[in-house]
Amino acid sequence: MANSASPSARKTAPNPAAVPQTGSGHDWLADLGALIVDATSAIGGFAIFSGRTLAWLATRFPRGDTLWPNFYQVGVLSLPVVALTGTFIGMVLAVQSYAQFRALGLETRLGAVINMSLVRELGPVLAATMLAGRVGSAMSAELGTMRVTEQIDALASMGANPIQHLVVPRLLACLFMIPTLVIMADFMGVVGGYFYSVVILGIDQHHYWRNSEQFVGNFDLFSGVFKSLFFGATIALVGCYRGFHCAAGAEGVGRAATAAFVISFVLILLLDLLLGIMLEALYAYIWPEGAKLF
Amino acid sequence: MASPHSNTVPPNADGDDADRAGATSAHSAAVDVLLEVRDLHVAFGRHAVLRGLNLVVPRGQTLAVIGESGCGKSVLLKTMIGLIRPTQGQVCFDGRDLAGMSERQLTSTRVRYGYVFQQAALFDSMTVGQNVAFPLRQHSDRSDEEIEQRVLSRLAQVGLPASVAPKKPAELSGGMRKRVGLARALALDPELVLYDEPTTGLDPIMSDVINELIMRTRLSYPVTSIVVTHDMHTARKVADRVVMLYPLARLAEDEPQIIFDGPPSELDRSGDRRVSQFVKGEAGERISELRGA
Repeated sequence: MANSASPSARKTAPNPAAVPQTGSGHDWLADLGALIVDATSAIGGFAIFSGRTLAWLATRFPRGDTLWPNFYQVGVLSLPVVALTGTFIGMVLAVQSYAQFRALGLETRLGAVINMSLVRELGPVLAATMLAGRVGSAMSAELGTMRVTEQIDALASMGANPIQHLVVPRLLACLFMIPTLVIMADFMGVVGGYFYSVVILGIDQHHYWRNSEQFVGNFDLFSGVFKSLFFGATIALVGCYRGFHCAAGAEGVGRAATAAFVISFVLILLLDLLLGIMLEALYAYIWPEGAKLF
Repeated sequence: MASPHSNTVPPNADGDDADRAGATSAHSAAVDVLLEVRDLHVAFGRHAVLRGLNLVVPRGQTLAVIGESGCGKSVLLKTMIGLIRPTQGQVCFDGRDLAGMSERQLTSTRVRYGYVFQQAALFDSMTVGQNVAFPLRQHSDRSDEEIEQRVLSRLAQVGLPASVAPKKPAELSGGMRKRVGLARALALDPELVLYDEPTTGLDPIMSDVINELIMRTRLSYPVTSIVVTHDMHTARKVADRVVMLYPLARLAEDEPQIIFDGPPSELDRSGDRRVSQFVKGEAGERISELRGA
């Protein structure tokens, strides 16, 4: 050793000039700055991650043995819970709306309200929320565990790209399966609303369907399914991103799973608003007279 | 202690240091170098882990990297395969800088590596057989029968019977998982095998089994190996050369991070108190730190 002093003794004392000032004004400014830097970094990281996923998606289609288990997990296993949720939401809509519509003598219009709400908003948003809770969190926890136990590093070390192998199949599964789930949620919601309105409340069946037919068009169905594609992509990308960037330990995995659901849910609502505005504008542009698509 | 295979020259060295750097480059050109680390710095945010590391690994050598926990051994190993990008400096595999490669080039280069992880890192969702077959399916056009034969032969090579192939990793003991990890790393006959703490968490007998497997692998074909360990028995038994890293937090700004580089037989003769302390497993002045706490 060139220097005979002990290494610990040679550790330099902190330079007072380098120690940050601790005034309260400085603190909140520093915290705000750190928050902005962290948020920008997270958004940038997510954008790069999404871009790399789309690049791999365009380059090489995943093998069937990595694709089908994800389709099964996302689509088949989510079907019962989405169908159940849809049914109950249809019935709840009927319960909540009936009193007000009856007071106005418009109870036969319940079909239009229930079915319009379902196919345009509640079907896609609820199916996406269920998927974010059931699948997005699970993706995040699974990939987070793989990160913590070095399985993602193991994949990379064997010359397999982790994004191509783990993220692309999950994204495709969400993209292809969510429209199916939304249609199932819509269908079961319509059945649930019909059952409660017609069978339980005794509303006239003919007028119930007649009003539905008048107010609910194919564009409404299309807009719900169209929005769900964005919701599906969001659930997969956020879930996988949080899993890939999970902190160490069981706590890190738990936080990643929770964050995946919360962030997905907020983004789903934000996208729902933005896409809703865009689709309304598109509808008004194409059919200024209010004509229906198809 | 100096070695012809490495130097610890800081960046922008002048005078004698520059001469040493030049001598190392000339030496690198003379020997058949498989991996070279040049002025490697790795930091996570403000926390520096590796600083100014220079290391040349000739083809066919078994190098043990030793050092206390937290000194950056595993980070060095992951940087060597491109899993961690250097903050500064280069890692050159067969003359090509990993940081300069595209994602695809890096992916195809990694096929020439084998990596044995500390906790084996077997894929939970796959069976043992599928784990060992994974690199074969990814990177070869072999038929299913050929892959199966290769899997069974690799499992036999690490002393595991064919009956473990259909089991899930969770059903195996720690030692068996490590051996499956080794079988998977060797599936494609890699040129360079990186071992991250291969004997940690194993009983002495199973540790010696793993050491023996590392040596047998080298005998079976001319593989280059880098073994990260703090098990001195492993370092002495398997390595041709030992490099010892020291944690940056305990070093002064101008001190090199590699405090020993030489054959294992030289470890006991090192005049550096830090090396002899580690080799003998003595806490030394760390005891006073505990009292201070």
